[in-house]
Amino acid sequence: MQQLSYFELVGFGPNGWGLALLTATGMTLAVALCGFLMGSVVGTFVAWAKLSRSLTARSIADGYTTILRGIPDLLVIYLFYFGGSAALGAIGSLFGAEGFIGVPAFLTGALAIGIVSGAYQAEVFRGAYQVVSRGEIEAARSVGMHRWLMFRRVIAPQVLRFAIPGLGNTWQLVLKESALISVTGLVELLRQSHIAAGSTRRPFDFYLTAAVLYLLITWVSTYLFQRAETHSMRGIRRAS
Amino acid sequence: MRMSGIRVLDAFAQAYVFVFRGSPLLVQIFLIYYGLGQFRPTLQEWGLWGFFREPYWCAVLALTLNTAAYASEIIRGGLQAVPHQQVEAARACGMSGFLLFRRIVFPIAVRQALPAYGSELILMVKATSLASIITMMEVTGIAAKLISQTFRAVEVFVVAGVIYLILNFTITRIIMAIEWWLSPHLRHPPAVKPALDAVHV
Repeated sequence: MQQLSYFELVGFGPNGWGLALLTATGMTLAVALCGFLMGSVVGTFVAWAKLSRSLTARSIADGYTTILRGIPDLLVIYLFYFGGSAALGAIGSLFGAEGFIGVPAFLTGALAIGIVSGAYQAEVFRGAYQVVSRGEIEAARSVGMHRWLMFRRVIAPQVLRFAIPGLGNTWQLVLKESALISVTGLVELLRQSHIAAGSTRRPFDFYLTAAVLYLLITWVSTYLFQRAETHSMRGIRRAS
Repeated sequence: MRMSGIRVLDAFAQAYVFVFRGSPLLVQIFLIYYGLGQFRPTLQEWGLWGFFREPYWCAVLALTLNTAAYASEIIRGGLQAVPHQQVEAARACGMSGFLLFRRIVFPIAVRQALPAYGSELILMVKATSLASIITMMEVTGIAAKLISQTFRAVEVFVVAGVIYLILNFTITRIIMAIEWWLSPHLRHPPAVKPALDAVHV
């Protein structure tokens, strides 16, 4: 086999893996985005529980964030992957199905990312909520707003504004976590480069390409988050 | 290097930090473990192949490079947080160079950087689980093997999770203890024992 040049290897030609790599990048983005959004929902509820007056809700939420931030993400992914298929198998056998039922890898990945990033986002939201000044909430209450209306008009916009930098950090974490989903066999960027490296015996080139693509994603998303931050802060005067 | 004020060094350090913080650790591990295998003849020539053949050393190298990038930013933050007045006061007393660094800058910077460094240590403990993917049998590797042998995901998961939690809990406690020891000026003064005082008076 004659040695292909690097650009033939990752290009879009007949021997190129370019299209496959780009599709895989799209898959990485999709799974990271799904997980991130799921994590936002989880995080909102956990933050709410952490700020509530009930001791049970608070301790459950505290336990959740402590445990999920204390154990490796890979372990959580394994739990969902193996545990999920075991649970599905048990349910399946109730209905007379036989054998091993696999959970779709995309679902496992998005769920695991969502659960883990939910713990991080809960902390971000909690911190941002505490920055919203008491006076604004009292003012909203005094003009007769109810809880949902107050949440929608007063709390949510301000919390989001203060949470943007923290959310940016979490998004970067999620992006790097999505690389771990490759262990479940989902064909995302790292998995695809693994396959390509295996079939062409050029591992260094492909992993380097993968690293560059990841860097590109982080670079673009850093820029977007910065834009969002300046946009949301346009009405606020900084002390310095 | 970032603080040196020399532009080339600064650019190099910035690029290093950007690359190692911006790409997933798993990609870096794969790049070192599988990727460098592509240059096997060259490495054998240099006598380095024995090093890169072992998954253990590859994992250690990847983790070192990765954590160095994070730690450098933490240390830079700590150094920048040293108040300028302190340095000026020290200079006015005639300290310079190494003495200034050892007596004034270093203690203050360490105190500032310690909490962030503690969370970096915890991230590191969690990151060691990735070494299981390149066939190293540590806690997560063994857990995955046990799960696939016994199909009892939840039990194995709980045990492995508890091991990690104990590790991280211990690290947090140690860091907290060091922090307490380093910041005597922030502690409440110990309550004076009234009985003894009464005797003296």
